[in-house]
Amino acid sequence: MLLYAVIFLPFAAAALAAVLPSDRLRPWLIPITALLHFALVLGITATAAPAVNPNSLLGLDALGRFILFVVSLLYAACSFYALGYFRYHADWENRIFITALLAFLGAMTIAAASRHLGLLWVAVEATTLVSAPMIYYNRNRFSIEATWKYLLLCSVGIALAMLGILFVAYAGLHGGGEQELLLDQMLASASLYSKPWLRAGFVFLLVGFGTKMGLAPLHTWKPDAYGEAPGLVGGLLAGGLTSVAFLAILRAVQIMIAAGEQVLVRQMLLALGVLSLIFAAVFVIRQRDIKRMLAYSSVEHMGILVIGVAVGGLATYGAMFHVLNNALTKGVLFMTAGNIHRHYGSKRMCETQGALSVLPYSASLFLAGFLAITGSPPFAPFMSEFTILRGMFAGGHLVLGALFIGLLVVIFIGMGGTVLPVTMGPHLEETEDEASDYRETLLTIGSPLFLLAAVLCLGIYLPEPLKIMFSEAAKLVEVTP
Amino acid sequence: MNTPPNLILLFVILFNFFILGTSRLNTCIRSVALQGALLSLLPLFLHTLTFHTYLLAVGAFVLKGLLMPWLLFRAIRQVKIRREVEPRIGYIPTLLLGALTTAGAFIFGDRLPLLPEHLHSLFIPAALSTLAAGFLMLITRRKAIAQVLGYLMFENGIFIFGTLLAETMPFLVEMGVLLDMLVAIFVMGIVMHHINREFSTLNTEQLSLLRE
Repeated sequence: MLLYAVIFLPFAAAALAAVLPSDRLRPWLIPITALLHFALVLGITATAAPAVNPNSLLGLDALGRFILFVVSLLYAACSFYALGYFRYHADWENRIFITALLAFLGAMTIAAASRHLGLLWVAVEATTLVSAPMIYYNRNRFSIEATWKYLLLCSVGIALAMLGILFVAYAGLHGGGEQELLLDQMLASASLYSKPWLRAGFVFLLVGFGTKMGLAPLHTWKPDAYGEAPGLVGGLLAGGLTSVAFLAILRAVQIMIAAGEQVLVRQMLLALGVLSLIFAAVFVIRQRDIKRMLAYSSVEHMGILVIGVAVGGLATYGAMFHVLNNALTKGVLFMTAGNIHRHYGSKRMCETQGALSVLPYSASLFLAGFLAITGSPPFAPFMSEFTILRGMFAGGHLVLGALFIGLLVVIFIGMGGTVLPVTMGPHLEETEDEASDYRETLLTIGSPLFLLAAVLCLGIYLPEPLKIMFSEAAKLVEVTP
Repeated sequence: MNTPPNLILLFVILFNFFILGTSRLNTCIRSVALQGALLSLLPLFLHTLTFHTYLLAVGAFVLKGLLMPWLLFRAIRQVKIRREVEPRIGYIPTLLLGALTTAGAFIFGDRLPLLPEHLHSLFIPAALSTLAAGFLMLITRRKAIAQVLGYLMFENGIFIFGTLLAETMPFLVEMGVLLDMLVAIFVMGIVMHHINREFSTLNTEQLSLLRE
């Protein structure tokens, strides 16, 4: 029952936002909906998982609960920033943006809760469509280009995922197994499936949802979309939507494991993961644009997640932990980058130097977020990356482990080359018309501050319920026997 | 071989070539719509005539044959563009590529491990060649609207394959898929309108400001 409420709530709020006449009151719908949503999700995760009805289209297993928790937490934290954002842009039309923002939460919730591959597809495609107007919010040449690329690439990518789903269905038909695409039934009969169709289907699913997740070399929309979208949207896409796409890939992995096809899964995931790290390392160096830099960092972390799943064992647990850490830290980085962007009216490194002296809070949070995302202790991403690394060495992947460390170091240096001048460089004298009237407010600082505090706490002490949540989710996608 | 589904699929493949070789945008939109409308008849011949099959056929017909072309025509009326496709490579090379991929689809389609009842039918080759034709439209055309048409052909190819499996999808999900596509076309239409306003053209080669 709670599940239906949690799905219904964001859509009801979106409908309300669409009809509410006041541009000033409408932003309040975001934090109210987000907090209610998070409360409901907490209510769901706090109770013991009920058995999922195998014939139902909707249901939350350990994996779905975990992703829903991550998305809802990030969204709730970002919602207060949204208030500050709309207060600054009080004269901008916000009806479409806020309606889309609320529907976005609803679509992600359905994706996390769907037990049918077709429904999962519908929900993921819906997230693409509702996020398009959010990327275009700044209404200029750059953002229209980013929106067009995002819309076309992700739609075609996700169409390939549909083909993959149909291939998997045909594999079932061929194997004489169940005809329905319900996850539980598929897991039960996957060993009978026709192997060639299943393998082809998995490749298409991986390419399709991998486009959405932004794994290299399918990431080309990512720097454009994250670069041009408002910081708030960038954070939600990089932290929330990618987690949902990761869940879609994990569903395909689950079916492949049930069919006994671990080898192909591992090879494909490893290949895409390592390629993502390499692409990120190449493009993050000398990256002049702070938001594009964050997009490449997102490509890197998507690579880390799939590598963790491919290695298996302890690394799968680490990957689950890393989903949470990546989401929270990306929230910090995109929101503070948004603040810096707003103050300088630019996101180019050469024009935003010395942010610490004018935006002390945003810049120091940005700097701390950079340290966190690159895996510096004592922040939580260090713990999860270290866990994945331990899994690699325990599994005997010495070369992979060394390559992993090497690429992370390159990315650390590359990002540092941009982040340090932006935050600590000499402050450029602004002329009168360049100086923006943007000042930090409690709302635009509070959200990233909260998220950074959470990342720091999780790095020092991981509560027991979260550990259980990670290990239960990891159990479902364990690759190694 | 001469069953109604195979006849329909033959026309679908012919439409692929026609669309690839046409320079007029209006004709292209009409052809893609007609192709979609033809495809919506497939479930009627393939499955037992239940309420579900009728609804799927009617839903697909209304969306693919009526609503989507209407949205696209509305979009080009709004932007008042020149009514030509403007390919990156000429029509003849595109047609040749189309012929090559279609031949490949026929050869490949026979090698796949198919169920006995799908062997030697046109389903797999038609699906694969329509996918390929859609992909060709996507990458060889400069105009945003032609790229949308390519995406629609791509979806038509997937629909052909999907009709073989209509029973695996509950009705709700099927309608969700079609609805998603409709909204996608709607949103793409709006974005095209904005592209035209910013750049005074729908030529996507203008969209090259963002790069490393």
